[in-house]
Amino acid sequence: MSVLNSPNPVTEDPGVEPLNEKSLRAQDVHEQRLLLSLATPAVLAVIAIVVIPVGWLFYLSFTGSDGQLSLVNYQKMIEYKSYARTFVTTFEVSILTTLICIMIGYPLAYFLAMLPERLAGFFMLAVLLPFWTSLLVRTYAWLVLLQKNGILNDLAMSIGLWDSPLKLVHNLTGTLIGMAHIMLPFLVLPLYGSMRKIQRDLMHAAANLGASPVQAFWKIYFPMSLSGMVAGSLIVFVLCLGFYVTPAVLGGGRVIMVATQITAILENQFNWGAASALGVVLLVVTMIILTVATKLFKLDAALFGKR
Amino acid sequence: MDWLKKPASDTQLTHGDRLWLYIIATIVMLLLVIPTLIVMPMSFSDSQYLEFPPSNWSMRWYYEYFESSKWMRATVTSIQVGTLTMLLATPMGVMAAYALFVSGHRASKLLFAFLITPMIVPVILIAIGVFYSYGRVGLNNTIFGLVLAHAVLAAPLVMIVITSALRNYDLNQERVARSLGATRIKAFFVITLPQIKFSVVTSALLAFLTSFDEVIISIFVSGGSNATLTKHMFAALRDFIDPTIAAISTIMILVSTTLLLATQYISSREK
Repeated sequence: MSVLNSPNPVTEDPGVEPLNEKSLRAQDVHEQRLLLSLATPAVLAVIAIVVIPVGWLFYLSFTGSDGQLSLVNYQKMIEYKSYARTFVTTFEVSILTTLICIMIGYPLAYFLAMLPERLAGFFMLAVLLPFWTSLLVRTYAWLVLLQKNGILNDLAMSIGLWDSPLKLVHNLTGTLIGMAHIMLPFLVLPLYGSMRKIQRDLMHAAANLGASPVQAFWKIYFPMSLSGMVAGSLIVFVLCLGFYVTPAVLGGGRVIMVATQITAILENQFNWGAASALGVVLLVVTMIILTVATKLFKLDAALFGKR
Repeated sequence: MDWLKKPASDTQLTHGDRLWLYIIATIVMLLLVIPTLIVMPMSFSDSQYLEFPPSNWSMRWYYEYFESSKWMRATVTSIQVGTLTMLLATPMGVMAAYALFVSGHRASKLLFAFLITPMIVPVILIAIGVFYSYGRVGLNNTIFGLVLAHAVLAAPLVMIVITSALRNYDLNQERVARSLGATRIKAFFVITLPQIKFSVVTSALLAFLTSFDEVIISIFVSGGSNATLTKHMFAALRDFIDPTIAAISTIMILVSTTLLLATQYISSREK
């Protein structure tokens, strides 16, 4: 894998003095460091845009309105009911979105994994097209589709599903529909990847040994597809926790998630301490979930694109 | 309907037994695609209210868009910021991915994890943090500030695409070149880069799109004459349903579809 890890061709020569070997190794280490320095611009950029700003928020969250260090922002979070409600809503929306994605994403990924690869590549466009389309455009599309005199209400009433227009948007329903649509590709792509790796012979063997198709699926296929499903669900869940645009537009002020409340606090009260404290809690919760889940399910490979 | 009786799976199921799966998958795929596409015909409606199918066709909302100096200014800004982000994030990401992949240093794994943190930290947190910090150094509402923030979001995507390309590439070729007297830099540009060039192009397109579609950081950090398209669109969405947005959405869908098809074409060329 690595050029420098593998023994240098020269050092393999048995006639070389140990002294040379030493200086060559020093040269290797020197070159490794030189190579790593290529990453410097990226590292500096992340420090400037993520480490310093988020660190600053961290500091602000522990500062009271008088500029002194205090825990007042976190105390408020425990005292005021509105914060608790926000966190409950955030988890509720995230869990429901993840479940909806699993329920409709699993059959789709399974269908794609069963197809010959060329055909699957074609149908995959149905997943990739929305994935590449601006999230704002998709949120707008749902706003149009779900409104009171929108297409969905018209269609459902004309075929007699319901009689009067239902309120489908500017509430939890609309938020969930929009978020599930936006998150689905994040579940389907890793799930499909893990399903493709399952050897079809195993299903063959199961059938040969007398398993019914249903048994073979649940005993053999499903457990092997779990790693992709857990990785995908984790990505969806964590993205949902910090989601802003779709709940803000489709929730119509009725679905207050953490990100929505952070911006509301900044817009209405200009209270940096309170907004930062909420953000810090969001970050810490995200990190804990990611760490626990990766440890629990050994997901490093599936999550970080090491396919 | 002969094919229904043909075997479909490794467990003696026929296509007929699988019909329910095909139906569900088709519905889900339609649900994924239709909402995005339905905006297109609606953008050609003559009506103030978005209707489908439109009773009268017109280009009214496109005129509205192209004749509005506000929307034009924002479009130019978005394209500008997207292009600059691409030009900054691609070399930055390629350099970092190459360095971490080739160097066997113990720190490289840790550095990789550090460099993809922008994908893990909730964007809202980065957005307000950057807004606050930029306020201190006067970078809010500047193109440079926005490009820098967008590049940090896009660089991890570039790194992931390039790392996976390097994994499928035999680095020994570079060793051969170097043993024949090429410097490492020359070996990279002459031997490695031409062979991963399609991945580099793909990652550059991804970087452009990341910036072009980015909403949250743009809402906070961009403003004034440097406000982006997404910032104006978001503001319009919160207030009322403006059919001009349908026209803009149609154009944005065409842009992303073109880029998607380009990358699909590129990846088929690479194989």
